[in-house]
Amino acid sequence: MNVGDTLPPLEIAVTRTLIVAGAIASRDYQDVHHDAALARKKGSPDIFMNILTTNGLVGRYVTDHLGPRAVLRKVAIRLGAPNYPGDTMTLTGTVTAVLGSSVEIRVVGANGIGHHVSGTVVAEVAA
Amino acid sequence: MTADATGAAEEAARFHTLLAAFEGQPAAVAGHGKDAVNEPMIRHWCEAMGDTNPAYTGPDAIAPPTMLQAWTMGGLSGHSDRTSAQDELFALLDGAGFTSVVATDCEQEYLRPLRPGDTITFDAVIESVSPRKTTKLGTGHFVTTRMDVRAGGESVGTHRFRILKYAPARRPAKQAEPVGRKTGVQRPRPVVNRDNQGFWDGVRDHRLLIQRCTSCATLRFPWLPGCNTCASPDWDTVEACGDGTVFSYVVMHHPPFPAFDPPYAVALVELAEGVRMISNITGVPYDKVRIGMPVRLEFQRVDDDLELPVFRGSEG
Repeated sequence: MNVGDTLPPLEIAVTRTLIVAGAIASRDYQDVHHDAALARKKGSPDIFMNILTTNGLVGRYVTDHLGPRAVLRKVAIRLGAPNYPGDTMTLTGTVTAVLGSSVEIRVVGANGIGHHVSGTVVAEVAA
Repeated sequence: MTADATGAAEEAARFHTLLAAFEGQPAAVAGHGKDAVNEPMIRHWCEAMGDTNPAYTGPDAIAPPTMLQAWTMGGLSGHSDRTSAQDELFALLDGAGFTSVVATDCEQEYLRPLRPGDTITFDAVIESVSPRKTTKLGTGHFVTTRMDVRAGGESVGTHRFRILKYAPARRPAKQAEPVGRKTGVQRPRPVVNRDNQGFWDGVRDHRLLIQRCTSCATLRFPWLPGCNTCASPDWDTVEACGDGTVFSYVVMHHPPFPAFDPPYAVALVELAEGVRMISNITGVPYDKVRIGMPVRLEFQRVDDDLELPVFRGSEG
């Protein structure tokens, strides 16, 4: 694995089910993640994915690529364009640093309205 | 900048001083995870995420590291571990109208994997509260907290979390339109800024507000920061009574713009108060609109997020 290597992209269909299932699996009952009427009242056009689900998907994207023996050390993400139902998020990744068994990967998740997430993942890769 | 805007900026700075006093105070003390790390919650998480990593199943299973925050969540019954500082900060923000919340950043470091049976405790501190920021969602303050998570007393990770506590914008920015309706079929969004916010606030309340110079009493429309007659920056508003006449108009045939269905009339309506505004005429076919036609203000919902003042004409 070398700096500049890219990970195969992963397309995530942002379904209403995924948004709600991710919110509940992460114990996040904020109404904007499951109640469209209340989300609209708060200025959002629809429910949107919570940050814990995005975090989980970013982690999954990296470990899918590195394999089950890889150990996540750090996941740092920033959210931008929300993930609304009906959209597709495409995760892409680029290796930005390699130090011994540690690898740093820059991850971007783009949806139909922009960059939903950008972040950095550091993992230890089994020797 | 208007006197009003200057006052608002000073008020925002004063408010931020109150908020900044919370920096360094605890947000949660000796919090307890409501459930020990357990296989069912791990499985539910993996199902939701579509994560089939074999490291998360079987006798030697670990929890997905990105679940770190999930083990600390209050769930439907809420947090009992939040400090009064955290409650007071949020009450202060809520009281100032910043009632909505959205997470913007999450930075987690994992010191060791969590396994079923681990019992979670945590402490959190309010790291920073930003000055007032205007975002696509609305205006508000970013609040950053750092949480130290332990299992059986041993540090297992840190979790830094940034949220925006905000007052929702009157209408979502263009990026926040529902998927499927963003394919160029929506009316353009008005550009709302500090100089015309009051106008759009009025529209929301079904009031058509005209600016009035408080020095020379000249009415002006559209909204501007200062008076064209006497240059005074001070103003208040008067509500239009809603009656008007068509002062002039054109009929739009070509080119067609997305979300508009030509032919249609674009009218310059003279309000009873004397100012003129450009709008659409409803209730009358485009080819029946005439100069001098009496019209009456109404508010037309264009889509979920946009309502516009238009004028209903009466033929004959």
